[in-house]
Amino acid sequence: MTSATSTGIDVTADALPDVALAPPRQPSGILWRSLSHGGLVVGGILLLAIVALALAAPLIAPHDPYNQDLARRLIPPVWQVKGSWEHILGTDKLGRDYLSRLMYGARISLMIGTLTVLISGTIGTVIGVCAGYFGGRVDAVLSYVVTTRLALPVVLVALASAALVGSSLHGVIVVLGLLLWDRFAVVTRSATQQIARTDYVDAARAIGCSTLRILLSEILPNILNALIVVATLEMAHAILLEAALSFLGLGVQPPLPSWGLMISEGKQYMFFSPWVIGIPAAALVALVLAINLVGDGLRDVTAPENRG
Amino acid sequence: MVSFTSQRLAVALAVALTVSIVAFLLLHLSGDLATAIAGPEATATQIAEIRHQFGLDRPLALQYLDWLWRALHFDFGNSFYYRDSVTSLLAVRMPVTMTLGAVSLTLSLVIAVPLGVLAAVYSGTIIDRLALGFCVLGQAVPAFCLGLGLIIVFAVQLRWLPVSGTASWKNYLLPSFALAWYAVPAVMRLSRNGMLEVLSSDYIRTARAKGLRPSVVILKHALRNAIIPVVALAAVQFGFMLGGSIVIEAVFNMQGLGYLAWEAIARNDFPVVQAVVLILALIYVALTFLADVANAFLDPRIRLA
Amino acid sequence: MALLEIDNLAVDIPLSDGPLHAVNGVSFSLERGETLAIVGESGSGKSMTSLALMNLLPKQARRRADRLVFDGADLMEAPEARMRALRGNRMAMIFQEPMTSLNPSYTIGNQLIEALRCHRTTGLAAARGRAVQLLEKVGITAATRRLNQYPHQLSGGLRQRVMIAMALMCGPDLIIADEPTTALDVTIQAQILHLLADLKKEFGMAMILISHDLGVVARVADKVAVMYAGRVVESGAARPLFKHPRHPYTRGLLNCIPAPGRTAPGTPLGAIPGQLPTLIGPQHGCAFRDRCAFAAPECAGDVPFVTTGPEHHVRCVRVDALEAAA
Repeated sequence: MTSATSTGIDVTADALPDVALAPPRQPSGILWRSLSHGGLVVGGILLLAIVALALAAPLIAPHDPYNQDLARRLIPPVWQVKGSWEHILGTDKLGRDYLSRLMYGARISLMIGTLTVLISGTIGTVIGVCAGYFGGRVDAVLSYVVTTRLALPVVLVALASAALVGSSLHGVIVVLGLLLWDRFAVVTRSATQQIARTDYVDAARAIGCSTLRILLSEILPNILNALIVVATLEMAHAILLEAALSFLGLGVQPPLPSWGLMISEGKQYMFFSPWVIGIPAAALVALVLAINLVGDGLRDVTAPENRG
Repeated sequence: MVSFTSQRLAVALAVALTVSIVAFLLLHLSGDLATAIAGPEATATQIAEIRHQFGLDRPLALQYLDWLWRALHFDFGNSFYYRDSVTSLLAVRMPVTMTLGAVSLTLSLVIAVPLGVLAAVYSGTIIDRLALGFCVLGQAVPAFCLGLGLIIVFAVQLRWLPVSGTASWKNYLLPSFALAWYAVPAVMRLSRNGMLEVLSSDYIRTARAKGLRPSVVILKHALRNAIIPVVALAAVQFGFMLGGSIVIEAVFNMQGLGYLAWEAIARNDFPVVQAVVLILALIYVALTFLADVANAFLDPRIRLA
Repeated sequence: MALLEIDNLAVDIPLSDGPLHAVNGVSFSLERGETLAIVGESGSGKSMTSLALMNLLPKQARRRADRLVFDGADLMEAPEARMRALRGNRMAMIFQEPMTSLNPSYTIGNQLIEALRCHRTTGLAAARGRAVQLLEKVGITAATRRLNQYPHQLSGGLRQRVMIAMALMCGPDLIIADEPTTALDVTIQAQILHLLADLKKEFGMAMILISHDLGVVARVADKVAVMYAGRVVESGAARPLFKHPRHPYTRGLLNCIPAPGRTAPGTPLGAIPGQLPTLIGPQHGCAFRDRCAFAAPECAGDVPFVTTGPEHHVRCVRVDALEAAA
């Protein structure tokens, strides 16, 4: 008796990532799946670590991030020849402790990420849900608005707006919040369309529930899955965009320790002291990676048919 | 196909018009433009004079129509900073950005599509995991960081390529790679998912049952169908790249549209900013239109409907 | 020497709760020019059997057999290159869903010609000629024009004819038709079946016709194998089997079909109560016993084949009791 298998080409199906909704699942099932999803666990731990560091910064940062000491400029990190334990990650061109700035920078990135997503998420969800629920002309008009927004070069418009509104932390948050809602709108529209067709929404309408009530109690809870996934991914997007804006000098202004700003300030020293840009860059990558892993993981866990 | 195309064209034109309005209004966000142009030390008379000179005292709608009319004739006025026509400034910088965009797009397709196909064909194996991991990592590294990193490694330490500028073709390699980075994850995922779906379809089973070699099954039968949405995405990504080139041009000191726009923003050179935003948006609209058409054309079911 | 000999074929699909025995000890043989019908309900393993033959099973499936020989050559150990040389060439397959079995992005002609040129060194013009010839043979008019058409421009019935023509391009010895008419209208079904019967007569190829519909099979088959839960429960020459079915399942199946002229209006049609047993995990005894009116304690034990006539085998330990009751 022998056994043989067919060729290596896999013929099993794997659905295209269209937004689909998870049927109601037991909470225990989700928890178990979350804990066994490698990416979600790694990302989650990393994210929690960064958030913890950010929150605890005022308590555990070794130095004041704004304290300049020109006698101690550009000290390398502790693992290099001239490094010292007093400044574990070295100092920047104005003698400010890099580790402290990194930790405070995390606060900035996280704050920007969260607040931006709150603003853009609200705008995008309202647009998407209305377009998906009301359909017809409302949908046509709102989709048109989304298409127009997509046509604008975001980085450029963000830069121009930031310059006009005044480059500052709050300015950046407002500008990004008002620009980055497109993905929310697209996803919630799709999700709402699927729910609006279901029987229980018809039933709610039949017993005379007001539209607002239906939107809040039937539609919103059911698109929450998709919404959370998009929110995490857009948070990463906002953080990266702020870093780019600050790098170009039109985002957060000095002396705030935005990671993007730290990179731009360190650019002129990068040939001889690459760690000046390497360290904040690594922090950015770590944070964005953690958020993306959590977002992807949540998507896999709540609706595996969206995988990919 | 004809009705489909004309419908799409109408939408594209409408969007283009709206975008032009937005681009126009953008610059009037800051409040009084005349004051901004005149500078902090200007007197009231000077400001009023400037206002009149630039036609800023007319109703907004009129200003917009005037601007639009001139824009259609490729007249974007003069740059406040350079005192030269904006059009000539654009003409000089455009080729740099276009070249950068084209090379980046090609590079991203050459990397992402084969990776996606491989990940689909060897789905579930380590090749698939590595490809997806590469994707996840790629999305986490900001393009400008990658650009800086590439400079340090290839230009400084290895000295293979120049650091900045646009002197020769070698100058375009590192920036293109950094810019391509934007698009690779999305294109790779779409290729992979498209291939996975296609590979599980009935006509692939028929192809295998005919005794065709795996390479023929994948490249002739599967790819041809899976690639259709990728073409559309590639066009859209090209649009994004043109927008994102501003960061790369800044890192690599390349005198393209993005760099021009960046300088103009910092100098409050409004005509230039307006023009660049408009041009990039219009290119994007044109690209999405072409993407829709390509999408329809490549699928015989729509083409011959 | 028989064209095809299969002895104790098994296909397992490993699942988290245990292996799913999709095909469990199937044996049959097929002579040149003979038509074997494999009949059974969904999940009986009939499609898996044919896929196992061509080695086109899904990646996770595992197959085993004591003997799997085609025209004297062993197929179990055959390397993939050898299998590819056989597929479409010496043995061809027609699938159930004509609407999706052709590549929508290439013309009919392209796909037909490809079927031939991947196994022969025929020139393009000659290949086109053969394609036209076969399209006409399967009853498609304006064949030359059709070559340049795309699949979506043809109806389901026409597409299935194209599939048949494609299967014939290299003149195979064996055609496997997996539910070729299930997705088609009833009127078209009859046409396709007649076509298959005519082609068989003309080209003299052997055929394995897989169906859940006994009516479809009755006209065309020389031999029948009835499958249930991955096993063959009855096999034999078609006429005697239909006239005189021995296995309770086969009887049940035949009872479900109204016979025009004989079944009086208003007579309740027979139905077999119950469902397929689980195929996951170890399989003991007769798979049909939970649904069988004649089940007895010995049905839970070993159930070997009983020969009840020339070439007629039944896997049932209660055959005699059945005969008495009939």
